[in-house]
Amino acid sequence: MIKSSNHILDLDLMTAPQIEQIFNDADEMTDILNSDYKKTEALKGKTVITLFFEPSTRTRSSFEQAGKILGADVINIVNSTSSSKKGESLYNTALTIQSIKADVIILRHPHSGAPYFLSKLLHKSTIINAGDGMHAHPTQALLDMYVMKKHIGTLKNKKIVFVGDISHSRVVRSNICGLSKFGAKIVICGPQSLIPTDFLSAENLPQNHPFKNISFEPKLHKAIDQADVIMPLRLQRERQDSGLLPSLREYASYFGVSLHKLQNAKPNAIIMHPGPVNEGVEIDHDVVHGPNSVIQEQVESGVAIRMAILKSVTQNEVSKIE
Amino acid sequence: MSKKILIQQGRLINPYNKTDGIFDILIQNNKILEISSFIEPNETFEIIDARNNIVVPGFIDLHCHLREPGQEFKETVATGTMAAAAGGFTTVCAMPNTFPPIDSKPILESLTNLSKSTGAIRVLPIAAATIKSEGKSLTEMFELVDAGAIGFSDDGNPIYDPFIMRQALNFSAQLKVPIINHCEVPELSKNGVMNESWVSTQLGLPGIPNSAEESMVSRDILLSKLTGGHIHIAHVSTSGSVNLIRQAKKEGVNITCEVTPHHLTLTDSIILNKDSSSQDFVISNDSYDTRAKVNPPLRTSSDVDSLIEALNDGTIDIIATDHAPHSDIDKICTFSEAAFGISNIETAFSSIYQLVINNQISLTKLIESLTIGPAKILGSHQYGNLDQGNFADITIIDLNKQWEVNPAEFLSKGKNSPIDGSTLTSKVVKTIYQGKIVI
Repeated sequence: MIKSSNHILDLDLMTAPQIEQIFNDADEMTDILNSDYKKTEALKGKTVITLFFEPSTRTRSSFEQAGKILGADVINIVNSTSSSKKGESLYNTALTIQSIKADVIILRHPHSGAPYFLSKLLHKSTIINAGDGMHAHPTQALLDMYVMKKHIGTLKNKKIVFVGDISHSRVVRSNICGLSKFGAKIVICGPQSLIPTDFLSAENLPQNHPFKNISFEPKLHKAIDQADVIMPLRLQRERQDSGLLPSLREYASYFGVSLHKLQNAKPNAIIMHPGPVNEGVEIDHDVVHGPNSVIQEQVESGVAIRMAILKSVTQNEVSKIE
Repeated sequence: MSKKILIQQGRLINPYNKTDGIFDILIQNNKILEISSFIEPNETFEIIDARNNIVVPGFIDLHCHLREPGQEFKETVATGTMAAAAGGFTTVCAMPNTFPPIDSKPILESLTNLSKSTGAIRVLPIAAATIKSEGKSLTEMFELVDAGAIGFSDDGNPIYDPFIMRQALNFSAQLKVPIINHCEVPELSKNGVMNESWVSTQLGLPGIPNSAEESMVSRDILLSKLTGGHIHIAHVSTSGSVNLIRQAKKEGVNITCEVTPHHLTLTDSIILNKDSSSQDFVISNDSYDTRAKVNPPLRTSSDVDSLIEALNDGTIDIIATDHAPHSDIDKICTFSEAAFGISNIETAFSSIYQLVINNQISLTKLIESLTIGPAKILGSHQYGNLDQGNFADITIIDLNKQWEVNPAEFLSKGKNSPIDGSTLTSKVVKTIYQGKIVI
């Protein structure tokens, strides 16, 4: 029986050593991934269900791949949802999935807090948050940090810059949560209309708040100066349509990451992107495919990290099999 | 002739005539026959022993949602008025955002009849300010006032169009009834589901900034100045709103306002962590409690401090509940999908009494805000005044009784209380409406 407290909903409840443990496990998983026979029996007899209420290619397929390599039976459920649809159906869907004996439910939902809502109601399945609204995307943040550590070593005092639509980004929130546990210097940059008001002066946040140590830099060249990691975020076209931005063209010229603008970054700085990429808007084509880009490595590490997470949430059972 | 009721030796607090002392109160039929330091009991009297209790005028709620007609699964006049009586209320003003809305004389009269036949206490109807509460054209206000409307509101939504608001206030000036506005600029509140603050940022929930409320409060003050109409600001929730209202009152603007129990006692951090004093800022299973989703949203502690200060200095005239009962299907869902509203009419007094215990407001102020305050806005000397010859609308409260909030025991159909499980001090032990013991 998997303990329900094993849910992975965000990184705030994880300690730095627990995160390190996942990274160590991911190293092992990478070896499995790179071997000729990509199959283990760690999750044999377990059912993993991906329940996605939003479109996704990389996250869903990487979870599916992770589950299958570990020997789990994986079922994919894609549920399109309109905003008018009642959450009661989410509840009922989840109950149904629990009743068909899902051991792990991997949930993506457009509403922040949806996995917390389910974790309150379901007591037999473990929930992994694969992105909820603007709130969190813990497995993405873990794989981002995993890749960062590979390239820049320790995260302490490293300058990590997020550029763009901070307000709507669950990736940034989870990254801040995780990175602050390792003492990284987090800088956010973008037009103020896409930055939460409280991030403009994070020093006013309550003591001990996980977001307290971030700083806002309005100018991209200053944000990039001596940066170790630069992560532009996907800019959705609807931000322009809803009046948050005058035009994507202007955005690209002031906040788009180009080779030219990267001159002042550290020479070995890495360029990351949570995907999918809008080339020519938040990031130029030659940066995406340039020598400092680790964007494809993020995708590869995504499978290893998710294998490590699936292993960790089913750990009790795994040890029994062994 | 019905049995006389004698309430013995309670501490009578009647802010209307500044009474505060131990008295006996004798009730005959629906009226108060006598108030005296000692009334000789008679074996035919029904005796209520009120030693150790306070005896106050029945509370008046200027703002609640009874949901009938149309949403009887959420509340009815019968259940809502019983719940109100359990909270010490003997008069409630029902908001007109029902289905259909109370926007014409026949509909208002049918609600009045329903209230008479099924209501446990007095229900005074508020009529819609505009047809179907759509904000496009005014309701027939002269006729509705004659039929018993005590004010007009499109509550749930603001009266958005400033031209329509101006005309509503013109009618208000002539009819001497308030226009009660739910101040919210929808372009600023957008898809917001809670207060815009670091809490909403952390939870990833779209926020509603204080300015969404304040900019419309500001507009309404200007339109009240222009017309002389009585603007009553519903459920003020921000520091900025009370500053604007304080200034307007200094200038003699015809403005009143109310605050709810939840805006006086809770902050938005309850949506992150049930224990608002917690310093760990961790999102847990208790986070995203849809029962704390309300509009206007729960704000920050500095807003709460401003509201308490404004209640004390008279900027805020009254406490009104905005009791908004919902069914489980409206609340058992994600935070974004949940309906706005808190079921609080049964916990209103007790939850605010904590502020009295903390010496943040006086007991007299609390009682005034629930009695003569709203009576004054209603233009009545009968209600909210526990005096000889008046209706026997009386609430008896044990100030020392501790109890745990258990929504399952609410008389309201709405179990949507964010203070589920809290321990409160003080409880309404009896509510008498027009000489009849309701609770």
